[in-house]
Amino acid sequence: MARERQIEDILPANTLKTRVPQEQVPRVVKPAPSRYRNEIAKYLVHRRLDCERCGKCIEVCEYGVHDRKPGFKYFAEPQHHLCIGPSCETTGHYCVAHCPKGALQIRENPMFQALGDYRWTADLILATWKMAETGDVPPAAYDYDYEGGNSGGGFDRLRFKFPKQPPVKLKASEIDTSIQLNKRGDGRPEIKIDVPWYGGGMSFGSVSNVTQLSKARAAVAFNTFTCTGEGGYMERMRPYDDHVITQVATGLFGVREETIQRVPIIEFKYAQGAKPGLGGHLLGDKNTPAVARMREAVLGISLFSPFPFHSVYSIEDHAKHLDWMKHVNRRALIATKVSTPTDVDMVAVGSYSAGTHIVHIDGGYGGTGAAPDIAKKNIAMPIEYAIGKVHNFLQAEGVRDKVTLIASGGIRTAHDIAKAIALGADGAVIGTSELVALGCVRCSRCESGRGCPRGIATTDTELSAKMDVEWGTQRLINLYSAWQKILIGILQRLGLRSVSELRGRADLLMHLDYTNDVTART
Amino acid sequence: MPDKYHIKTRPVPPLRPRIGKHGVVDWREDCARCHNCVKKACVYDRYRQEAEYIHNLREVEALYFDCMGCFSCVQDCTKGILRLTINPEYERLGNRYWKPDIIKTTWLQAETAKIPVSGAGYRGPFSGRGFDSMWTDMSEIVRPTRDGIHGREYISTSVDIGRKPPFLSLNGSKSLDSLPPLVSIPMPLIVDLSSPTHTLPKLDVIIEQTAADTGIIALMDSRYRPAKDEHLQNIAFYLGPDSPPVPDNLLRKTRLVEIADSPAVRERIKSLKKIHPQIVVVVRVELTSAGINRAIELAGLPEVETIHIVADANGDELTANKPRFLKDMIRQIHTALVERGGRDEITLMAGGGIAMPEHMAKAIICGADLVTINLPLLVALECHLCDSCQPGTPCPAKLEKIDFSYGVGRMTNLIAAWHDQLIELMGAMGMREARRLRGDVGRAMFFENLEEEAFGKFYGKRKTD
Repeated sequence: MARERQIEDILPANTLKTRVPQEQVPRVVKPAPSRYRNEIAKYLVHRRLDCERCGKCIEVCEYGVHDRKPGFKYFAEPQHHLCIGPSCETTGHYCVAHCPKGALQIRENPMFQALGDYRWTADLILATWKMAETGDVPPAAYDYDYEGGNSGGGFDRLRFKFPKQPPVKLKASEIDTSIQLNKRGDGRPEIKIDVPWYGGGMSFGSVSNVTQLSKARAAVAFNTFTCTGEGGYMERMRPYDDHVITQVATGLFGVREETIQRVPIIEFKYAQGAKPGLGGHLLGDKNTPAVARMREAVLGISLFSPFPFHSVYSIEDHAKHLDWMKHVNRRALIATKVSTPTDVDMVAVGSYSAGTHIVHIDGGYGGTGAAPDIAKKNIAMPIEYAIGKVHNFLQAEGVRDKVTLIASGGIRTAHDIAKAIALGADGAVIGTSELVALGCVRCSRCESGRGCPRGIATTDTELSAKMDVEWGTQRLINLYSAWQKILIGILQRLGLRSVSELRGRADLLMHLDYTNDVTART
Repeated sequence: MPDKYHIKTRPVPPLRPRIGKHGVVDWREDCARCHNCVKKACVYDRYRQEAEYIHNLREVEALYFDCMGCFSCVQDCTKGILRLTINPEYERLGNRYWKPDIIKTTWLQAETAKIPVSGAGYRGPFSGRGFDSMWTDMSEIVRPTRDGIHGREYISTSVDIGRKPPFLSLNGSKSLDSLPPLVSIPMPLIVDLSSPTHTLPKLDVIIEQTAADTGIIALMDSRYRPAKDEHLQNIAFYLGPDSPPVPDNLLRKTRLVEIADSPAVRERIKSLKKIHPQIVVVVRVELTSAGINRAIELAGLPEVETIHIVADANGDELTANKPRFLKDMIRQIHTALVERGGRDEITLMAGGGIAMPEHMAKAIICGADLVTINLPLLVALECHLCDSCQPGTPCPAKLEKIDFSYGVGRMTNLIAAWHDQLIELMGAMGMREARRLRGDVGRAMFFENLEEEAFGKFYGKRKTD
């Protein structure tokens, strides 16, 4: 109520008139199975023709792999994705061993090799799907390696040094995962989010409105945020205004006074990790009538946002922009999203001095709807290097506790978030993981034609109808919930009461490629 | 202001069947013949295209592998009879350095002349050996130039080859002393001699036309005679130890000539200059274990204008047990010349292992003025780099059958795409001139430095490498 009064006091009458009642989304975990008939499995169960249909396999399997529908003589196709593989042999519930005819075989799915890549391994994709389905940590029996990928560097080589016994025994309920977004103490709202992450900017155009709405609703459930990206503010997002960040990027698509005034956070996007220094790309095929209308652009032409902001060539210019935004929306916090050049530390401090509340650094391996391959791989440093650099510099300048540092660009898991925080960030922004939870297989075909064949990153009406908002919301709520549990688990093992206590504790990590013989806390 | 450098391109589709990464295996005997067949729902219409491909096949050369790997059909099939696989033919492309991804992206650029753009984030390893252990910088908020690639300011990729005077001097009549010859080319790229294992005489005439169309220069054997005299401006003859000499009248029409390194290199340069005083002479130095020191030594000789250092096709030092990589060797030579003074006076060309456009930019950042390539142009013609170019051995790309227009089109497209990608990188950095990129390591970040800064102080010494 207090919040509403505050908004009434602050919002100009014109914008207040456009405000609609805010919708609540319960934070409830419910099963949200795959929307595809055949979930991709790590192992394949093969039943030979000489099966006697005795049903022993149904009896012994603990995971529900085998099924015979009532009234049917034959078995249904095994639920391959539920099978834990040959490791089941030691459990006493191994169907292969129990089959009297020896008609069952389990082998690795050769298709597993075709799924995933160095950064998102097949294991990680399946584990993320499992979390999005169940809302829980994947059962150990499945033996998914879901801490990170197999890229051979950065987060994938960092591990937590867990003590044998936590220094303090804490219950899960005693651990706080929330973070403060306004540390400036400048009289603007002290916004706290319940989990140390929020959703990254994905524009309408790069993704479907179903994807955007699912993200927004999950953000409401977890009292965190989602970002509009550089594609305008869909009217359907208005019931979630209080959890939306309006992005002001160089193309200024969909940026209007009221879209700035509606929201509690405004994000200035200078650059994106996947294509630093190049501006947004939306290829012509995806500029559909709905997108063109929203962006006030010509239908079917490729939209390349300029780089950089043509009115910002210095920190002073940047400050001028922030002042303008703060004036237009007197309750908003300002986030500044920059990429990770060699002087990212100075950019961060400059941005703080210009008046930003959140410095958001987006590393070179970040996600995108469309980016030149040369940019994705080569421009700007990976986020793992930038976090510590910025954190230490902010500390040296004596302003670390006055600004919130958010990291993104290649943060795929709850472990990555924890590692990023240990390296010095306050929290993280996530994007690709959300899309994977919605069924993305990372085929990298988001950019052209009708867009994503899986109906996530597309504005094609037929393709985007493959997913509905309720299902999408539930998958994301489940993923967030599983991540929160993992994060709490990490903090519990480290004996830390809150996620903010983890910040900057690089000494709690070790690197698999280093001797790790530095004992003193740096 | 001169005209903006622009390469005319046109789509040149492949002649051979496409070798995609993914394909679908279909256990058709289990098909339920249902009415919602996922094959009809393929967003990319691949199943219909496959049927058409098979229908039109005159002889079975390759299976159809152009699946986009989205798993939609696999996951939606009523009976689950489809399996996605990686094409073994795709995995066989190239070698340990020229990976299948490089071959595939080169083919795509040669076909379309476009910068490869894709969705989702980077998919590869965190870092790697050679050029994969550095990142280029970018610049935001505070930038050296106002515009990026779509701005009003022209990004020049021109470079000059030759000896540059350290300062201008006036003669007695207060006019400028004559300047040494300098060859300008519109992008920092030269076509190197064909690699001995991939020589196909037919390609020379294609390379000649491509060099003329793109305004760059191609190195050719001294026995080569161009199809058109005006193309001599885009040809540089290579005079090896045993090469027959080039007739003087031909040499006088060229701008650049390359000679093999030898003890008599000074005399050789002088004799060439006597024939054609305005020619720029390049000395080719093979990067063997003595190559680096020899390049540094040569740069100190007043007659030497330009040095062309060449590593092996994979960018490795030649004849070394633990070879250094081209990038590091360029840095070593460049740094030595900077420390000794006179770096700006000499031009350094670097070749071997330049497989992608980012390698061109990175080699320049490390200290080369320009780079030389040969294999990428061969790959543009759908070569698999199978390394079995022997008479009598069938070539999977059927290079002996390609026509002139196809060859020129594909090579030109590739060079145009590389040029555009160089501009992307320079635009991101806020750099407007390729000349100023040379040796500007401040515009790059190196793996070892970043690791040390980020992790060294917390986690001790790096174990592996």
